[in-house]
Amino acid sequence: MFKLIPRENVSPVLSLLGPLFSVGLTMIVGGILFYFLGVDPFAAIKMIFWDPLMSETFSTYSIPQIFIKGAPLILIALGLSVGFKANVWNIGAEGQYIMGAIFGASFALSLYPLESIVIFPAMILIGVIGGCLWSMIPAFLKVKFQVNEILVSLMLVYVAEQILALASLGFLRNPDGAGFPGSRNLNQYTSASNAEIIAGTGIHLGVLLSLLMVIFFYVLLFRHSLGFKIKLLGNSPKASGFSGDNPNKLIFLCLTLSGSLAGLAGIMEVAGPAGQINIDFNVGYGFTAIIVAFLGRLNPIGIFFAGIVMALTYVGGELTQFMLNLPAAAIQVFQGMLLFFLLSFDLFVHYKIKLKGNK
Amino acid sequence: MNNKIENTLFQCRAINKEFGNVRANNDISINVRSSQIHALLGENGAGKSTLVKIIYGLLQPDSGSMTFLNEEYSPKSPKDARALGVGMVFQHFSLFEPLTAFENILVGLDKELGEKELHASVIMLSESYGLEVNLSSFIGDLSAGERQRVEIIRALIQKPKLLIMDEPTSVLTPFECESLFKTLKKLASEGTSILYISHKLKEIADLCDTASVLRKGAIVGEYDPKKMTPRELGEIMVGQSLFEPKRPVAANRSNKVLSVKINEVKPDTQFGVTLKNIDLAVYQSEILGIGGVAGNGQEELMQVLTGEKKDRNVSIKYMDNDIEMLNPRERREIGLAFAPEERLGHAAVGNLNLLENSLITDPKKRFQMKMGFIDFSELNEYTNEIIEKFNVKTTGVSALASSLSGGNLQKFVVGREIGQKPSLFIVNQPTWGVDALSAANIRQAIVDIANTGAAIILISQDLDEILEISNKVAFLTNGNLSIPTNTMDIKTDEIGAIMGGISD
Repeated sequence: MFKLIPRENVSPVLSLLGPLFSVGLTMIVGGILFYFLGVDPFAAIKMIFWDPLMSETFSTYSIPQIFIKGAPLILIALGLSVGFKANVWNIGAEGQYIMGAIFGASFALSLYPLESIVIFPAMILIGVIGGCLWSMIPAFLKVKFQVNEILVSLMLVYVAEQILALASLGFLRNPDGAGFPGSRNLNQYTSASNAEIIAGTGIHLGVLLSLLMVIFFYVLLFRHSLGFKIKLLGNSPKASGFSGDNPNKLIFLCLTLSGSLAGLAGIMEVAGPAGQINIDFNVGYGFTAIIVAFLGRLNPIGIFFAGIVMALTYVGGELTQFMLNLPAAAIQVFQGMLLFFLLSFDLFVHYKIKLKGNK
Repeated sequence: MNNKIENTLFQCRAINKEFGNVRANNDISINVRSSQIHALLGENGAGKSTLVKIIYGLLQPDSGSMTFLNEEYSPKSPKDARALGVGMVFQHFSLFEPLTAFENILVGLDKELGEKELHASVIMLSESYGLEVNLSSFIGDLSAGERQRVEIIRALIQKPKLLIMDEPTSVLTPFECESLFKTLKKLASEGTSILYISHKLKEIADLCDTASVLRKGAIVGEYDPKKMTPRELGEIMVGQSLFEPKRPVAANRSNKVLSVKINEVKPDTQFGVTLKNIDLAVYQSEILGIGGVAGNGQEELMQVLTGEKKDRNVSIKYMDNDIEMLNPRERREIGLAFAPEERLGHAAVGNLNLLENSLITDPKKRFQMKMGFIDFSELNEYTNEIIEKFNVKTTGVSALASSLSGGNLQKFVVGREIGQKPSLFIVNQPTWGVDALSAANIRQAIVDIANTGAAIILISQDLDEILEISNKVAFLTNGNLSIPTNTMDIKTDEIGAIMGGISD
């Protein structure tokens, strides 16, 4: 039998090496997986990590795409990381992301075809509120009835998906859409379109906001007393109570932040790259962002880089899909491995293994 | 020193141990004779813990040798040490909180023993040595004193020939101490030698046959504690003359600072204590000492006083305000300060550095700039001030709290609170496990702020401490508080009578 013993001194170098190590190991094990799928592993790994950035054929399209795909990941992961620091485990950002999109889109489409400059900011605000309201459900149940927020937030993802289907097929369906599911395209509604801010790249406001939020969260966590309160609660609820903090307020704060940011990501996506509410609107950013948060060590700067790496696997993954016929699921396995290896590595950073038994 | 070899049970010769650049043990040789209680005296950081860890097999010496029962002795692990007949009771408990007292004893055994058989021998041990413990209680619900009794039973059940006790009385009352001393003397007379680590010089004089004094990693000498005064012994230990804090002189004792009335407050856990009929008041420049055996409501009373637990059946008046519904931060803002018993995980957090630990209590928003941003330069200054004023031994403000020794962390916590210049300071067990010089300094600091007009509530299980610096004393018994009496008027046998009916 093995026994895990906590290490007295956790090496900060090793702790920083974790994300790099897990990316490396994911490449190796992922390559083996690709080999058995009948694909040249070196070509596939190169296509995921190298070609989007360096290949002349792909990079002009790929590099902006990395930021576009990275933006929702970074936004959501930033919000989640604050909660994770306080031991508040919001696993349902995917649902909050969907609800943000539905709330914002419903508001904008209810005004169609009215044109006004107020619509766009109001739509964003309502999207943020939508995401936030969805995360208030687990917050309320946790504070009031001590219900585990992991379960509630996760189950609410499936509720949100049903509402998404209902919206696509019902109350938001495009009246001019010949009966196909899906709402009107917001990109064709000038007042509500999250248009590109750099012509020809597809880079939209959400990308800019994701960068600003990295700075905002860095300041919040490391320079502001709220960040300290969150850290204190996560480290010792008893000391937090002794300090005079109300844990319930902090739980609400954490879920407000994570829900709002997921909602923001949702409304930015639906009014921008996605364009419309449809059954397949959500592609798992809310779940992948959990990986991003941990890969970034719950640190805003780290989350930025982790979001970019993860976006790279999305963009590169798409490339391998149509160039090498790799199945989409293989890329998801690839992303999952990243978290798995990171968590395993962390285990060895924080614990040492001792053989237990009759020696 | 005329050691007769045949009398020697345990011997270590020229033990050296270095940690980085620090020489924790420098050429240490001691000689423990059989059937003796041998004291190991020294300040925090003098190297006592390192030495006993080497003896117990937790650490390996860099050089040097040991003999036990006239044979070469070099344990590679505590298990080896126990198998050869060396047992140890730790200062910091190594018990599993979610298990019961009995399960903890069961789990700690190296040899398989039938549960019934074990139960019987535990009961026998606990009765014959006066170690009362409710065996079916969960450790998490036991007080420090009760936990220690579990630890002692756990060590005794292995029938050691050499028993190492690391500051065993730091959580015990005089009554408990006396019965512990009886236990130890009985064990010694039955042939078990005891290596006894303590800062309490009086008890060493009462109990021990020999005392080895350590200072800065080296042996200063071996003394006969029965032939010396505690003060002489203490001065050898710290290498300088010691002082005794004097209780505060009355200045303005007519101004009532705090009055507390509690009808009944039920505990949060099944094994907690119900507080009943508590009526106390504390005045300016006065120290009110609250004594009592561990687990008689100290923890619960402290929570009510800090505001971590609010209850309608409590009335707390501070100056002229009702404050029972205020939270800890709000109470601090109007001039209260608290230092709870548990240093790590309550008063301070091990995973946070000292700067962040200063931030835990910030009543005057001193470390906050506009809009709640942290003022790191002010925080740095304050934290350095604490470290300097209270002589906290640390590598600096960015050291983790967990890297400080117990005594140093306690100095930091008390310093952090006193530095806020409170009008009322409530402290629980301020010198638990703290060395003599630090303890005297902490007491002096408490007396000093009382002399400048602060009111103090000193909750402590150390009766000597309470009698030394309190103006009034009261005792907690089963959640009831006795009527506060002037310390000068109280007699030792009265204390015994008040605390006598305690253990149920």
